[in-house]
Amino acid sequence: MSALEFIDQQVKSNDVVLFMKGTPQFPQCGFSGQVVQILDYLGVPYKGVNVLDSDELRQGIKTYSNWPTIPQLYVKGEFVGGCDIIREMFQAGELQSSLKEKGITLRAPAQA
Amino acid sequence: MNTVQRIRETLARALSPEQIEVIDESGKHVGHRGHIPGKTTHVRVRVAADAFRGKSRIERHRMVNDLLASEIADGLHALAIEARAPGE
Repeated sequence: MSALEFIDQQVKSNDVVLFMKGTPQFPQCGFSGQVVQILDYLGVPYKGVNVLDSDELRQGIKTYSNWPTIPQLYVKGEFVGGCDIIREMFQAGELQSSLKEKGITLRAPAQA
Repeated sequence: MNTVQRIRETLARALSPEQIEVIDESGKHVGHRGHIPGKTTHVRVRVAADAFRGKSRIERHRMVNDLLASEIADGLHALAIEARAPGE
């Protein structure tokens, strides 16, 4: 399976998937870390894919949505944005409403 | 011309912004894998331009990303974008 096929499969088989540097437990980039914090704060169930696992993956995700930066969040197969967009949407309350509209059930927020 | 000046000029020419700020944040990322000492690797741009009016967040970011594609290809590792239309 090529990197693009793997990415496509992850995007289509997970309701919420975050392509990031590092893992949700150990983000290796401040921008990825910010998105993890927001998702955890809201109690969003999501899968994290560590693009540092391979060069093909790190390059592939930039090609996949023609978006040059990481992290990238996908909900129900659709690209939502990177760190700045997610943070702005969260601050405006739009991330919460958009997730709800898309039928994503939030868990009880994590105890930080 | 350094990277910050070049970015400012590229965006100013293409977007005729009402406000533009280009901030070199490379120093905040010392020791991080994308940081190269002495090189501008992390930049934040704040742009208020009429060109963004009626555009979604993703569209606005794509406009900036596309304008700065050569900088990204040339080693700009992180690009934080705050894009708004004047008055927003």
